[in-house]
Amino acid sequence: MATHDKTINHDRSRSIILSIVKHNIFIPCAFLTMLLLVNIFINPGFLKISMGADSNGHPVLIGNLINILSNATELVILAIGMTLVTASSKGQDISVGATLAISGGVVMRVLCGNETQPDSLHAPIIVALILGCLAGMACGAFNGILVSRFKIQPMIATLILFTAGRSIASMAMGGLKPKAVSSFGYYGNFIPGFPIPTPILITIGIVIVTMLTLKLTNLGLYTRAVGVNAKASSLNGLNPTMIKFLTFVVLGFCVGIAGFVQSSRVQTVNPYTIVPGIEMDVILAVALGGNSLGGGKFNMTGSIIGAYTIQTLTSMLMTLNVNTNAVPVFKAAIIVVLVVIQSSVVKAFFNKKMGELKSRKNSGKGNDTYVVVE
Amino acid sequence: MSSLNEAPQIGRFDGIKNKLMRREKLTDTVFLLTITISLFITIYALAVIFLGDKGFGKIQMFFNLFNENAALIVIACGLSIVMVTGSIDISVGGSTALICTACIVCLNNYGFNFLTSLILALAIGLAFGLFQGILIAYLEIQPFIVTLAGMFLGRGLVALIEVNQIQVANAGFEKLSAARIEIPFLGDYNKKGIFLQSKLEYGVVVALIIVVLIFLLLRKTSLGRSFYAVGGNPQSALMLGINVKRTRFLAHALCGLLAGIGGFLYLFHTRSGSVQQATGLEMDAISASIIGGTLLTGGVGNIFGTLFGVLTGGTVLLIVTAIGSQDPWWPQITRAAMLCFFIILQSVICSRKRRKSE
Repeated sequence: MATHDKTINHDRSRSIILSIVKHNIFIPCAFLTMLLLVNIFINPGFLKISMGADSNGHPVLIGNLINILSNATELVILAIGMTLVTASSKGQDISVGATLAISGGVVMRVLCGNETQPDSLHAPIIVALILGCLAGMACGAFNGILVSRFKIQPMIATLILFTAGRSIASMAMGGLKPKAVSSFGYYGNFIPGFPIPTPILITIGIVIVTMLTLKLTNLGLYTRAVGVNAKASSLNGLNPTMIKFLTFVVLGFCVGIAGFVQSSRVQTVNPYTIVPGIEMDVILAVALGGNSLGGGKFNMTGSIIGAYTIQTLTSMLMTLNVNTNAVPVFKAAIIVVLVVIQSSVVKAFFNKKMGELKSRKNSGKGNDTYVVVE
Repeated sequence: MSSLNEAPQIGRFDGIKNKLMRREKLTDTVFLLTITISLFITIYALAVIFLGDKGFGKIQMFFNLFNENAALIVIACGLSIVMVTGSIDISVGGSTALICTACIVCLNNYGFNFLTSLILALAIGLAFGLFQGILIAYLEIQPFIVTLAGMFLGRGLVALIEVNQIQVANAGFEKLSAARIEIPFLGDYNKKGIFLQSKLEYGVVVALIIVVLIFLLLRKTSLGRSFYAVGGNPQSALMLGINVKRTRFLAHALCGLLAGIGGFLYLFHTRSGSVQQATGLEMDAISASIIGGTLLTGGVGNIFGTLFGVLTGGTVLLIVTAIGSQDPWWPQITRAAMLCFFIILQSVICSRKRRKSE
C-alpha cells in the first residue's frame, strides 16, 4: 500500500512539474531567473535599490532593477504591438526602429519648431504626443495596407520603411537635431518630487490597458482566429484584411508612444542612431515569450516578460563592457537558438525520441506491475 | 492551340498542359524583362536629354554606373537565385560589412595579400550561406528570421573586430584596386579639350562574367531548372523527384558565395570598412531583383533583368544626386519609394493573373 501511495504522490508531483514546465510562460520566466542569477553572481549588489537624489536634489529611486524596468519601457510597448502583428499576419514588422525614429522626430519638430535650442516649448506636450502617435499610426497603416490589401509578406513590406524610415525622420526634423527644454524630460525620466521613474508608470498603464482590451473586447480572439486560419475566419464572418490592418495600426500606435518616451528620455532625437537594432530586440522578446513566429496563437504575458528579459540581457552585456554595436551578436545567437528549438522539424525529432523513450519506460513499468500482481 | 486539339488521349493532355504553362511562364519572364530594359533605356535617355550638362552627356558616366555598382550586381544575382526558389536573404549587407573589415584587418596587420584576402572573403560569404541554408532548408525556419539574425550577426562581428572606420594600407592591394581598363575609341573631352579615355574597373568585368555564368547555370543546368521548379511549386517539384531541401540549401549556399564575391568587389572598390558600411545594400539588391522581374513568390526571374534592375536603380540615384538636392535623405527615400512602387505593381499583376486563372 505504502509503495502505491508513493507512486501516486510521485506521479502527482511529476504532473505538477510537467504542468509548470509546459506552461507557456515557463521559458521566459526561466530565462529571466537565470539571467538575474548570473547578474547577481557578477555583481552581488545587483538587486539593491536605494533612495538617491537626482541633479536637482529631488529624491529618486536608484538601482539596477529600477534602471532595467525603466529602460525596458519602449521594448515592452513595442512587444505588445508586435505580438498582435505576429499572430495575425504570420510575420514581423522590421521597421519599428525606423518608424520610432519618425514619430520621435515628429514629436521633437512639433515641440521645437525650427530652433535648435528653444527656450520654451512651441506646442503643448499633449499635441506633440498625439501627432507623434498619428505619425506612428500612419506608418503602421502604410505597412498594414501593403500586407493586408496587397498581400505582400510582412517583412518585405516593412523592409521599405526599415530602409527609408530614418531618412524620413531626418527630413521630418528638417535636418536639425534640436534639444528640448528639460520640462519635456519628465516623461522619460522623473517627475520632480516623485521617486519612481515615469516610464515605469507609463508601462504599467499601457500593460493594464492592453490586458483590459484583450479581456473585454474580441481583438485577441479575432487576431488568433485570423492567424490560425485566415480562410476559416473569413468564412465565420470575420474580415481578415481589416484585422491584419488593425493590428498594424495598433503597432503603429505603440511605436508612437514608445517614440514619445524615447525622445523624452534624452530630450533630443538623432534619427540615424536612435534605438539601434530594436527591431531585433522586439522580435526576440516575442519569440522568447513562447510565441510562434509563424503566427496563430499568442501569449501577451510571455512577450512582456520576454521584453524585460532582453533588457536585462542588454544591461548585463553593457556592464560587461561589450561595445554597443557588438551587442547584436549575442542576441542574434540567442534568436537562432530559439527558432531552432521552435522549428517543427526539431520538435518532431524530439517528440519521436521522447516517444521512443517513453515506450521503453512504459514497457519497463509494465514488467514491474506484472511482478507486483504476481 | 492546334496541338491542344490534336491531343485525343487524356494521358498526353497533362504533358501539353505543362508545356503550355511553361510557355506562359517564359512569356512572363520575357514580358517583365522587356519592361525592365525599356525602363532603363527610357530613364537613361531622359537623363541624357534633360541633365546632359550635369555629366549625363559623358560616356564615362555610363561606365561609372557599372564601376559603382559592380558589387551590387553580383550580390543581386545571388539574391535573385534565392528569390527564384521562393526564399529571401537580407544578411548580404551585414556579411559585406564583415568581409570588408575582416579583409582590411588581415591585409593591414597579418600580412595577407590579394589572393588570401579573396579566399577569406569567399570563406566568410560561404559560411553565412551554408549556415543559413541549413537552418532554412533542413530545419524549415522562416528565411527572414534567420537572415535577419545573420544581418545583425555580421554587423555585430564588425564591431567586435574593429569599431572605427579603417582603410586599406597594403601597397599590393591598392595597386591592383587602382588599376583600370581603358576602353579604346571611347572617351570624353574635358573642359580644356583634352581627350580622356573611358575607364572601367576590373571588378566590372568580374561582375559581368558572373552574370553570364549564373545565366547559363539557371538556363542550361538541371540545378538551375530545379531552382525554378522549387520556387514555382515545391509540392510538384517534390513529385518530379527534385530534392527540394537540397535545392533550397544550395540556393542559399550559392547566394552566400556570391555575397562573398560581391563583398570583396565592394572592398576592391571602396578600400574602406566600418560598422555602418553597406547599410541598405540588401534592400538595393532585393529591389534590383524585383525591378528586374523576379517575383517575390518565387519561380519567375531572369538574371539579365536583375542586371538591368541594378542599372536602373543606379541611374535613378545618380539623377537624384544630379538634381542637386543637398539634403542627405533623398537617395534613401527614392530607393525605398522605387521598391514600394515595384512591389505593389508586382502584387497587382499577380493578383490579376490569379483572378484570370480562376
